[in-house]
Amino acid sequence: MGDSAPLSPVEHIKAASRGLRGTLAASLADAPTGALADDDTNVLKFHGSYQQDDRDLREERRLQKLEPAYSFMIRTRLPGGVCTPRQWLALDAIARRYGNGTLRLTTRQAFQLHGVVKRELKATMAAINATLLDTIAACGDVNRNVIASVNPVESRLHADVYGWAAKISEHLLPRTRAYHEIWLGEEKIAGTPELEPIYGATYLPRKFKVAVVVPPLNDVDVFAHDLGLIAIIEETAHGPRLAGFNVAVGGGLGATHGDATTYPRLAQVIGFIAPDDVLAVTEAVVTTQRDFGDRANRKRARLKYTLETMGLPAFVAEVERRAQVSLAPARPWRFTTNGDRFGWTKGFDGRWHLNLRIPSGRIADRDSARQLSGLRAIAQVHRGDFRLTPNQNLIIANVAPEDRAAIDTLVVDHGLDLYTRASPTSLDALACVALPTCPLAMAEAERYLPSFLAAFEARLAHHGLAQVPVLVRISGCPNGCSRPYLAEIALVGKAPGRYNLHLGGNATGERLNVLYRENLAEAAILEALDPLLWQFANERRPDERFGDFLWRAKLLSV
Amino acid sequence: MSAVPAIPLYSPDLPPLPEARLRLLTELTHGLDAGALLYVSGYAAGLAAAQHQGLAPAHVPVQPHGASASLRATILYASHTGNGRRIAEKLTATLESQGLPARAVAAGDYATRELAQERLLYLVVSTHGDGDPPDDARAFFDFLLGRKAPRLEQLRFTVLALGDSSYPKFCEAGRIADERLAALGASPIAPRIDCDVDFDAAAAAWSDSALRHAAEALKPAGDAPRLSIVSPLRAAAPALATRDAPAVAEVLVRQRITGRTSDHPVTHIEIAAPADTLAYEPGDAVGIWHRNPDFLVAQIARALQLDPAMRVAHGADDHTLGEWLAAHREITRLSRPVLETHAALANNDELRRIVEGDADARAKLLRDWQFIDLLETWPAAWTGEALVAALRPITPRLYSIASSRSEVGDELHLTVAAVDYERSGARRVGAASYFLSSEAPELRAYIEPNTRFRLPDDSRRDIVMIGAGTGIAPYRAFLQARGAQGARGRHWLLFGARRFSSDFLYQGEWLAARKRGLLHRLDLATSRDQAEKIYVQHRLREHGAELWRWLEGGASLYVCGDATRMAPDVHAALREVVATHGARSADAAEEYLRDLAADRRYLRDVY
Repeated sequence: MGDSAPLSPVEHIKAASRGLRGTLAASLADAPTGALADDDTNVLKFHGSYQQDDRDLREERRLQKLEPAYSFMIRTRLPGGVCTPRQWLALDAIARRYGNGTLRLTTRQAFQLHGVVKRELKATMAAINATLLDTIAACGDVNRNVIASVNPVESRLHADVYGWAAKISEHLLPRTRAYHEIWLGEEKIAGTPELEPIYGATYLPRKFKVAVVVPPLNDVDVFAHDLGLIAIIEETAHGPRLAGFNVAVGGGLGATHGDATTYPRLAQVIGFIAPDDVLAVTEAVVTTQRDFGDRANRKRARLKYTLETMGLPAFVAEVERRAQVSLAPARPWRFTTNGDRFGWTKGFDGRWHLNLRIPSGRIADRDSARQLSGLRAIAQVHRGDFRLTPNQNLIIANVAPEDRAAIDTLVVDHGLDLYTRASPTSLDALACVALPTCPLAMAEAERYLPSFLAAFEARLAHHGLAQVPVLVRISGCPNGCSRPYLAEIALVGKAPGRYNLHLGGNATGERLNVLYRENLAEAAILEALDPLLWQFANERRPDERFGDFLWRAKLLSV
Repeated sequence: MSAVPAIPLYSPDLPPLPEARLRLLTELTHGLDAGALLYVSGYAAGLAAAQHQGLAPAHVPVQPHGASASLRATILYASHTGNGRRIAEKLTATLESQGLPARAVAAGDYATRELAQERLLYLVVSTHGDGDPPDDARAFFDFLLGRKAPRLEQLRFTVLALGDSSYPKFCEAGRIADERLAALGASPIAPRIDCDVDFDAAAAAWSDSALRHAAEALKPAGDAPRLSIVSPLRAAAPALATRDAPAVAEVLVRQRITGRTSDHPVTHIEIAAPADTLAYEPGDAVGIWHRNPDFLVAQIARALQLDPAMRVAHGADDHTLGEWLAAHREITRLSRPVLETHAALANNDELRRIVEGDADARAKLLRDWQFIDLLETWPAAWTGEALVAALRPITPRLYSIASSRSEVGDELHLTVAAVDYERSGARRVGAASYFLSSEAPELRAYIEPNTRFRLPDDSRRDIVMIGAGTGIAPYRAFLQARGAQGARGRHWLLFGARRFSSDFLYQGEWLAARKRGLLHRLDLATSRDQAEKIYVQHRLREHGAELWRWLEGGASLYVCGDATRMAPDVHAALREVVATHGARSADAAEEYLRDLAADRRYLRDVY
């Protein structure tokens, strides 16, 4: 692809990286700077880490003649978001020793550690690895963390689906030993770098995201990913059984302000496959994107644009050819919500699961709640596992009935009981990290969410809508880490204190919202929403959601 | 005076030098220190005298200075701060004004073999650290105390020792030199005088007594031929600021340059520095006169139950007590006379025991305490007059200049570490750093030249800059100057700081210089980022092989910063590097470093 257009600079960096080694070892040893050599910042992403700096301090440090306060965000690879209490405790200790004393749960069901300085990066990576977790390919132009429905109730099906998420993750892992050499001190093998049978020397044109979902819950927002697998469950005499998956391709929420050739897009379902064909089809989608994706323009390099260029039928034919699989017609499915089921639920096997609300996924010890300490205390006694939800929340899973009371006590003691108190709107709200660490952020998100919700919910209450859930998502930039384009109300950062206002997504992750007003400050956002809320309050049908109402009342247009 | 032949004096009415010659003269004298200028001046005067008498060819080959040593007084000075140089130059001028040939020479520039010919030697020497002479006097001391020292029966001498009585080995270097000169057979013309930090009066008394015997000591022993030494011709008075007549400099920038998490505030200050009053070279220091903190003046007055508005006369001056304490007296540094007077007034057994009996406790107290600590711990009744009389006169503080005119034009930058801490819950500050980081819009400043810490004349020479904390300041000046010169030599900075994230002074500039290829190596040692303390000397050892290659390639070594720990530790590491990578014994390595210092390739500015 790309015809005569020159390759993007990142393509050259990948090609010259000798299997993702770059000059990382030298960059790490360069003590006078907290940063890596420029090219290595790109290579590092493939190892699961981003170089960032504290943007709150940038100007202050410039005046102080100091370089920016560089630190590193490290993202774990955690297929399906499942981890053990032992791993939790290890990550908690790592966050306190090397990080900024917080753990961040992401919309891709991964942990993020923030604030790790360069001289401790290697020790941190090694410590993470010692927990039997790794960070390989958690970022970069490769398959990212594979996410899967947490689905705690159907634990047998969850085990199946989780198993597929883990298998896909393993199957698509880069084969380079660079990670082991650089972070774990593995002996370097002389000679040419190892071959990457799936990726090739320059990996993918852009990141690649896979989600596996078990209807009717669409907690993963399955249509927001390059590849979505919708589990089709059959009822049998022995109970529910995984028949296979509907395959959806070409979702993606990233866009660039002011560039009409970029856009958020929902994945399209192209057919049904049996479980045995999952790896072959997945690999075929990946390699087709590898060979046909745009390597000249990174803004147009995701699979969704490849589909636009190739046309869907040609793409499907290519995948079928490569996988040696014929797609069957898609089976019917239905989603009821993309939110989490908060509180205690009982699995069919009699074990219990507690879905906690963690605002913006940030686990910290603050005056209001000592979440980090609380979850440490829970991990010390918990005998089941933990599941990170794609909505930045946490499930304490597989709790024996007799252990519930002890966990409840710890939850209450540490202020982790927000799920019992928060309003329906604030329970489901999402925000990406944004300032001060994310280099892409144009406006606040995580730090702004609480005060925006307070202001917005005051307006809801004013219209008598306090108990009506509205799906609100804030993103600090148009790249969409908090999946804003699926929300009923989304703020997409434009500049400090200013957002584009998007309206009209739904609560099942199946409809994109539309840009309603551009570049608004908070007062203008509330002012724009106010007449719509008034009309919604007056004309709402029973159980009608705000996003659905806006379309029915023809208040939005595409 | 009558012995000196009459020489036609230079008259402004006479035609000046031809332009080409004038240019040569300007080129010749540019950048020379006072001693060298005096030498040139004397040399020219000698030529003039010879011409006048028709005794000598129009040109005589230049001889090393000291060729006529026996006929003039040598004032040898060795001090870090410039006080010694100032005293020496003043004495030289006075001697010359009385028609007595004299020269002032820095100990580091003195050819020790000339000592055997000296007839009259004035030695001004300061003491540093643990009783040590200044760095650039080490070679002179080694020679004087060594086995090769000649008998000095012909020599008459006297020593002015500079020191600080708050250190245990007060004026030790001066005492050692004095005793050794006597032991070698030289006879004192006046007893040694030991000066404390407030040396002005004692130094003046020493100079007076030194003068009385000079003429007699210099009477020619025979009819030795002589070159005339005359008062140097002085350039038309540029109003260069001096210690006693500082320039008033506007503060342009005052910027904290340690990060917010640092427990070690350091301020970068930029002041306006017109070339006619504050001319400086990289390596020089700037002297700053400060005012003491008002809150401290008030505290002292309160503790003594004295009214700061009361008038106090002392000597020829009359100020309010508050003004005496704020602008004319040292109130943060404790001196021994003040301590002793206070002990007498306080009449407290514990204090008396410390002052009279416990040398260690006394030294610690003199080092770590301020006057206010003393007042608050052991109250005593001072009168305003007694207090003003006992406290030392305020002295300016010296800071290595952190800029080069070639980069910053008519500005001067300095790097000031704040002394700010708590003792028993009370805030204690360093008077000068407090003043400098306060909002004062102007400073009184002068340049203290430091010819012992200069860039190599040859810009192709590599330099290795080793420093910690604010010891990095002159290296900023060096790199600016070498960058502007387009120097072909390489630059290597080894810097020690407490914490990487907040204390790496001028980090952004070093990294930028590295990026544009001006700084070739940059090594950082941070002491508090990990369990074990890592200092610059560790980095020196770590990169010993490379350092040795640089040294063998002719690199000059610079060390700047703390004198008590860093400088000796760095020296030991250097010795180890030379021994290991140069395959030498420890003694031979020491010798190697001594030679480097003698070649002015191992230069230190430590304090």
